[in-house]
Amino acid sequence: MTITREVDVIPFRNRLKEYAVKVGMSLVNQTKIITAASELARNMLKYAGGGNAVIEVISKGRENGIKLIFIDKGPGIPDVKLAMKDGFSTGKSLGLGLPGTKRLVSEFDIQSEVGKGTTVTVIKWKNG
Amino acid sequence: MKNEAIKVLQKKKKTILETWMKFQLADEGLREDLMSNEDLRVQSEELLNTFVDNLKDESIDDPKNSDFEPVVDILTGISISRAKQGYSPRETGTFVFSLKDALLNVLQTEIKDPQELYMQSLKISKIIDSFGVSTFETFIKGREEVILRQTDEITEISTPVIRVWDGILALPIIGTLDSSRTQVVMESLLQEIVESGSSIAILDISGVPAVDSLVAQHLIKTVSATRLMGAECIISGIRPEIAQTVVHLGIDLSHVTTKASLASALKTAFALLQLQVVKKQKVAAISEN
Amino acid sequence: MEKIPILRMGSLLLVTIQVDLYDRLAENLEADLVQTINKTGAKGVLIDISAVSIIDSFMGRIIGNIATMSKILDAETVVVGMQPAVAITLVELGLPLKGVLSALNVEKGIELLTRKIADDKEPEDADDGDSE
Repeated sequence: MTITREVDVIPFRNRLKEYAVKVGMSLVNQTKIITAASELARNMLKYAGGGNAVIEVISKGRENGIKLIFIDKGPGIPDVKLAMKDGFSTGKSLGLGLPGTKRLVSEFDIQSEVGKGTTVTVIKWKNG
Repeated sequence: MKNEAIKVLQKKKKTILETWMKFQLADEGLREDLMSNEDLRVQSEELLNTFVDNLKDESIDDPKNSDFEPVVDILTGISISRAKQGYSPRETGTFVFSLKDALLNVLQTEIKDPQELYMQSLKISKIIDSFGVSTFETFIKGREEVILRQTDEITEISTPVIRVWDGILALPIIGTLDSSRTQVVMESLLQEIVESGSSIAILDISGVPAVDSLVAQHLIKTVSATRLMGAECIISGIRPEIAQTVVHLGIDLSHVTTKASLASALKTAFALLQLQVVKKQKVAAISEN
Repeated sequence: MEKIPILRMGSLLLVTIQVDLYDRLAENLEADLVQTINKTGAKGVLIDISAVSIIDSFMGRIIGNIATMSKILDAETVVVGMQPAVAITLVELGLPLKGVLSALNVEKGIELLTRKIADDKEPEDADDGDSE
């Protein structure tokens, strides 16, 4: 799904919710992944002016889960380590976006190159 | 032309079954308490039939041949059900390996040429060994399933939320708090708060063996979440050792209401709800008489 | 343009959020609410979020802002009816909504607010008594 405007986030969240229900996630985990997705989508809008989001259902052994990939072609993050720190923000936000999101999901990966863009991949397991 | 051993085994199926049953019944690991001899015979016969019927020229040399899939399927079923019934690995293993003894026994009496006998015995041994291995694999899988189910049950039963008073909930935590446990505790507590409209929750940790910084963090999270919902959270049952470790580890519990015992937590809760517990005035009535 | 209605109940304002908020809507609410507090001289604000299934850091910030702004305008803010899943997520996110009061439901929220407002008044009354 392409996300270029604020309003795009809402249908994206609804789609994600459908997937999360299909996987059989508990309400709390649904809320966590949707909140995480909302944070990441907002980051993408704010810093890169939009990008693409992919939802995938994955499974590993007995566990099912959802994988989200956010790809943007924005300015990139010069210091990923710093961006992952609680309370750090270049914009005028709380600086909880990335580190907070990481706490909400099971697996978190961020690849960023200055001038080329950022790709964030998160996985939430059904019971994770 | 069919392999000599296959011919023998197919012809002597009945004898094999009898020998196999004899071996099984003679074994001291026989569990008549878990399965009757008739059931055992049915099970054994089914396995033997499938095995012998699927034994072909192409497959006898190759234990991994797809011809044996039905046999492995049956073994898997037997193995999992035995694991759940509480058979020991040795008992399940004996079941499969005594079949080998029976098969070899029959081959020995039927095949006269020592060279041929040796060759065929080796092949049969290999096949049965491979069955044995897959039996163990599935046996362990069966046991793991039992463990997983029990884990789920333990998490479920170990987090009862009790309504101690109108508007007051208590949640005794017993055992170690890890993150998945905390999640369950939080969920059931918050859910109950919504359902009962309670404004005070007491977390009693007298049953928690140790509090390290991680456990403390989980507790603080639970308290914060309760507050966000609009209810007050009191932690009670803090033993002196726990108070010591908390301070030594430098964990800040200052913004959490803590009480030594459930009783004093309840007292605080009453005070918050502006309730009073009063002794009945019976004594006064008696003295008046 | 969609708008979140603000209801007036005596000296309290009640806002019930029933749709998924996107950013502009939330920012509008913030502005509207502050205006209304100023106009009506309300002493308390109740924000009912029982129908909200997601609160991310942005929404959290808006709620925090509303609370701080109303405080400056001498009004208390109470968030009522937060879903358990939302509360757990907020804590995990590291967003404890400091300075925001919360209550289980609207009824308890009103109770809390009236008590707060009364508490604020009392010392003033006492002062009046002394001076006379």
